[in-house]
Amino acid sequence: MSQSFKLLIVDDEPHIRRLIRTTLTRAGYAVVEAETAREAMEALRRDKPDVILLDLGLPDRDGLELVPLIKQSSTATLIVVSARGATEQKVTALDLGADDYVTKPFDTDELLARVRSGLRRQVQAAGASEVVRAGDVEIDLVNRQVRRRGAEIHLTPKEYAFLAELAKHPGRVITHPHILKTVWGSSMAHHVEYVRVVVRNLRQKIEADPARPALVVNELGVGYRLKAGDG
Amino acid sequence: MTSRPTEPDRPPPEAFLRAAAQEGRGRLKVFLGAAPGVGKTYEMLLDGAARLKAGIDVVVGVVETHGRSETEALVAPFEVIARRPVEGRGRAFDEMDLDAVLARRPQLVLVDELAHSNASGSRHPKRYQDVEELLDAGIDVYSTINIQHLESLNDIVASFTRVRVRETVPDRILENAELQVVDIPPDELIDRLKEGKVYVPAEASRALTHFFSKSNLSALREMALRRAAQAVDAQMLDYLRGQALAGSFAAGERLLVAVSELPGSLELVRAAKRQADALKAPWTAVHIETPRAREFGEAERARVGEALRLAAELGATTASIPAATVFEGLRAYVEDARVTQLIIGKSARSRWFELRHGSVVDNLVRSIGDVVVHVIPAHDDRAAAAARPARPARAPWGRRRDYACAIAMVVVVTLLGLSLARFLNLANVALLYLVPVMAAASLFGLRQGIAAGLLSSLAYNFFFLPPTGSLTISNPENVVTLLVLLSVAVVTSQLAARVRAQADLATRGARQNAALAGFSRHLTGLSTADEVARVVCGEVARLFDARTVLLMPEDDGLVLRGAFPPEDRLGQIELAAAQWAIDKGQPAGRGSQTLTAADWLFQPLHTGRGNLAVLGLARDDGRDPVRADRMPLLMSLLDQTALALERMLLDGEMRQVSQLKERDRLRSALLSSVSHDLRTPLTTILASAAQIRAARCEGLDPALVDGLEIEAQRLNRFVANLLDMARVEAGAVRVAAEPIDLTDAVASAVHDVRRSLADHPITLEVAPNMPLVRADPQLFHHCLINLLDNAGKYADPGTPIIVRAERRAGQLTLAILDEGIGLPPGRENDVFDTFARIEGSDRKGGTGLGLAIVKGFAEAMGLSVRASNRTDRRGACFAIGVPEALILRASDEEPQ
Repeated sequence: MSQSFKLLIVDDEPHIRRLIRTTLTRAGYAVVEAETAREAMEALRRDKPDVILLDLGLPDRDGLELVPLIKQSSTATLIVVSARGATEQKVTALDLGADDYVTKPFDTDELLARVRSGLRRQVQAAGASEVVRAGDVEIDLVNRQVRRRGAEIHLTPKEYAFLAELAKHPGRVITHPHILKTVWGSSMAHHVEYVRVVVRNLRQKIEADPARPALVVNELGVGYRLKAGDG
Repeated sequence: MTSRPTEPDRPPPEAFLRAAAQEGRGRLKVFLGAAPGVGKTYEMLLDGAARLKAGIDVVVGVVETHGRSETEALVAPFEVIARRPVEGRGRAFDEMDLDAVLARRPQLVLVDELAHSNASGSRHPKRYQDVEELLDAGIDVYSTINIQHLESLNDIVASFTRVRVRETVPDRILENAELQVVDIPPDELIDRLKEGKVYVPAEASRALTHFFSKSNLSALREMALRRAAQAVDAQMLDYLRGQALAGSFAAGERLLVAVSELPGSLELVRAAKRQADALKAPWTAVHIETPRAREFGEAERARVGEALRLAAELGATTASIPAATVFEGLRAYVEDARVTQLIIGKSARSRWFELRHGSVVDNLVRSIGDVVVHVIPAHDDRAAAAARPARPARAPWGRRRDYACAIAMVVVVTLLGLSLARFLNLANVALLYLVPVMAAASLFGLRQGIAAGLLSSLAYNFFFLPPTGSLTISNPENVVTLLVLLSVAVVTSQLAARVRAQADLATRGARQNAALAGFSRHLTGLSTADEVARVVCGEVARLFDARTVLLMPEDDGLVLRGAFPPEDRLGQIELAAAQWAIDKGQPAGRGSQTLTAADWLFQPLHTGRGNLAVLGLARDDGRDPVRADRMPLLMSLLDQTALALERMLLDGEMRQVSQLKERDRLRSALLSSVSHDLRTPLTTILASAAQIRAARCEGLDPALVDGLEIEAQRLNRFVANLLDMARVEAGAVRVAAEPIDLTDAVASAVHDVRRSLADHPITLEVAPNMPLVRADPQLFHHCLINLLDNAGKYADPGTPIIVRAERRAGQLTLAILDEGIGLPPGRENDVFDTFARIEGSDRKGGTGLGLAIVKGFAEAMGLSVRASNRTDRRGACFAIGVPEALILRASDEEPQ
C-alpha cells in the first residue's frame, strides 16, 4: 500500500542520497532525488512528492530558505535532515514550518519511523479520524476526552490543551515557544518550566512508566512530540 | 577713575521664590561623610538626642544599627516607628513606614541612608523621595549620606575608586539642606575598618578593600569638605540676594590685567591676583602685541614672558593678542571677553607722548563705559626709565641699499627733469620729484623718505630753480615747494608705515592660523602613532626653531617615539623631567617650575584618557625653548596632537574589536563546516551499516556490524563533544540555560546510548517529583552520555547500571553507579584530568577525554562533578551536583 507514496530526497552528497534511496526503496516507497535547491523546487512541481527529506547545506541556497517556500507550494510532509545539530537551528526550522528535524548521522530505523509518522499525519489531515491514538491512549479531539484502555482520564485544562496541541500533529515536534504561545498565551513565552511541570503531571496520568516516557517524548532543548500510533 | 557695572546686582527672583518655598516646609539636615564608617549615623543620633532633650518631638523613621550595640544604645531613648514589610522579588524587605511617620507627625524624624533604594512595591522607588514627602508635610528630617552617592560626583568618585554606586541622590535634594560634615582622618577610618567597626556588605568586601585605600579616602574627604563649603557659599549667596544685599557681593565679575614689557608688570599681575581673589572672579592676563613689540630686545621679551608665566601660575588664563595699538587690542578684548574690571599699569610714557597720542588709560575709560578700570602705579619708575634705552631697535637707520635706491630715484628724476626742462614749466618739474619721495617713503620708511625729500629739494634747487647751479633761492615761493616736498615725504612715510604694520600683523595672524591649519592637515592623514610623532616633532621644530622629541609611556617606562633632528638622546635629568610631566600632567624642565636644570622643556599632551605623550623642546643656544608669547600656539599644537593620538588609540581599539569579531565569525564558520564534514561521512557509515544489517548477508557476523555502528556512534559523540567544547569556550552556555526535567534528560541520554550499553540493564531511580534544574539541555545531555558511556566501558559485563537522583539539603545529585573495578582509592577525582585513564585499563580504549569533558561542561553550567567508589559494593559512582541556586523550587512553578 505504501507504493503509492512518493518521497523527494534533497541532498548534495551523492552517497547519502544513494543510501537514503536504498533504505526507502527497500521500505517500498517511490523515490525522487534532487541535488540543488533549484532541482528540488522543480521536482516538487513535477513529481508532487508526499514527503520531502531536505538537507540544509545545499550548494545554491541555504535549505532554511527553502522551508517556507516548500510549505507554501505543497502539502507534503517536510523533514529536515541536517548535520546542523544546534537547538536554535532546529527551533528555527520547525517554526518556519518544517514538520520534523533529523540530525545527521541518523539512525536508519529512526528516519523510517519519522517518514511513517509524517505520512500518517497526511492521511489524518485528509479528513480521517478526529481521535488520535498513542499507545493505549486515545485522544478525542472532538469531545475533548482522553481515554486510556477505554477508561477516561481526568486532565486539567492546561494538560488537555498541551496534549491536544501535540495530538493535532502526531509525531511532529512542537517547539517550546509554540506550546507556550498556544497553551499559555504570548506573555509567557520564556517560561519553559511551566511546560515541564505540566508534562510531568501529564505523564503521571497517561504513561505506563513515567520515568521512561514513551508517549510524550522530549526533544532536547527543542520541544515535545507525541509518539502516535501503536508503537 | 572708575565706573560701576549696573546689571548684575539686582537680586534674582528665584532667590525669593526659594525662600518662599521654604516657608512651612520641613527642614532637612544631612550628615555628610566621605566614606562608610566615619560615624554619620552616630552623629545624627547624638544630635537628635540633644534635640530630644531640648523638648523637641523626635522619632526614628529608620536607622541601620547593623547589629552594633553602641548604636543600639543610642537608638534606645527614641520612639522608633515600626518598619513596614514589603514583598518584593520573592523576598521580604523592611522599609520605613512612610504613612505611619506622616500619621504620627513628629517635629523631627531621623532617616538613615538618604541614598537607599526602596524595595519594589514601596510608594517611592528611592528613600530621598520619602524624605521629600516628609519635608513637604512640614516635618523636619535628619538624614545621612556618603559623598559618592551624590549624583554629580558619582562619575568622579567611580573614576578613581573603581567602585560605582548605583544608588544616587540628585544634588538638588542637598541644595536647601543644612550640611554637617562628619569627618575623621583616613588613617583612623582604616583602623576602624580593620577593627571591624565599619559595616561592609559581604558581597562588596572585595571591592571595598580597594575603595578604602588612603589616597581614595583623602580624595573623598576633600570632596566632602569642599561640597559642604560650596553649599555654605551658595546658601549665603541666596540669603544675601534675598536680603537685597547684592551690592556688597560682586558676582559674575571677570578681571583682565594688561601686562607690558615694562618692569612693573609682575607687580601688576600680583595686584590683579589679589583683586580676583577678593572678588572670587576668574581672571586673564593679556599682552597686547603691537608692531613695536617686534622690536623688543631679549630683556623685554623675557619680562613679558615672565609676567604671563606668573599670571598662569597664579591661576589666570593668559593670552597674547596682536593689535595695532595697545588701546585697540585692549578694547576689543574687553568687549569680546565681557570683562568687568580692567587692571592696567600707570603709563611710563612721557607727558609729551601722551599729549600727542592720548593716554591709553584716558582713551579706555572714555570708550568702554561699563568697565571698572584700575590704574596701578609702577613703583620702580627709575627701573622703568632705565629699561627704556634697552631698546636696540633693529637697524634704526635702515639698510644702506634703501638709501642708495632713494638717491638713485632722485638722480633719475633729475635727469628726466633736465631732459624735459624745455617742455615743462618749473612747477611741473617739482611735481616730478614727488615720485621718488613718495616711493622712498612708502617702500622704505620715514627716514629714507625724508632723505629723498631733502635730496630732491636740493637737486630741484640746484638744477632747476633760478639761479641754477647754486643753492641760493631767489624767489620765496620756491621755499614753499621745498617744504611741500619734505612734508609729503613725512606724511607718506607715516601712512605707509602704518599700512605696512597692519599688513605685518595680518600676516602674522595668518601665519599662525596657517601653521595650525597646516599642522592639523598634516595630522589628519596619519594612521600610526609613530607617524604622528614624526610629524609633530618636525612641525614644532620648524615653527619654534627648536629641537624636539616626543615620548610616549609604554609598559616599561617612557619610550622615544619621534625626534627632530632625529636620534636625539636624552640625559637622566631630562628623562626624569619627562616622566614628571607625564605623571603630573604639568610642564617640567627648562622654563617651567620643576626640574629646571634640564636643557629641555617637556609639555604633556592631555586627553580624556590621561596624558598620552610628552613633547620635549630645547634650543641649541641655551635660551628658554618657548617664548611666553608663543606658548598659546604651542598649546594649540599640543591639543591637536593629543586629539590625533587619541583618535589613533580609538582606531586601534575598534580594529581589535572587529578582529575579535572576525575571529569569532571564522571560528563558528569553521565549526559548522567541521561538523558538516565529519558528520556527512559518519552518516554514510551508519546508514551503510544499517543496510548491511538489513540485507542479512550470508556468512556475515552480525557482531561486526554492531561494532561498526557502536564505534561510529561513539565517534559521532566525540564530534558532538568537540563542538560543545568550542561552545563552552565561546561562553555561549549561560545564555542557553533553561529549566530541564531530569526525567527527560535521563530518558533521552539512555535512549541515545542504548546500543553501546545493550548488555547492561539500566535502572532508573529518578523520582517524578524531583525539582527542575536550570542547565543547558545539550551540554547536560552530553554529560550524561559521557558518564553512561564511561560506566559501560568499566562495568563488568552484564551488571546493572543505576541512574539515581537524590535531593538532600542544599543540593541535588544525579549519580551514575556501575559495578566494576572502581577507582584507585584516594585518587578518585583524578579521573577528571584530561587524558587520565585508570591504570591497567588500556584494554578499554578511549582517550579518557570523556570525563574531562564532563567536568568542563558541568562547571561551565555551574554544576559540580565528583567521583567516588561505591560503598555498598565494588564499583564507581559519578555524581553531578546541582547547587541550590540552579534548582527551581515548586513555589516558582505555578503553571496552572
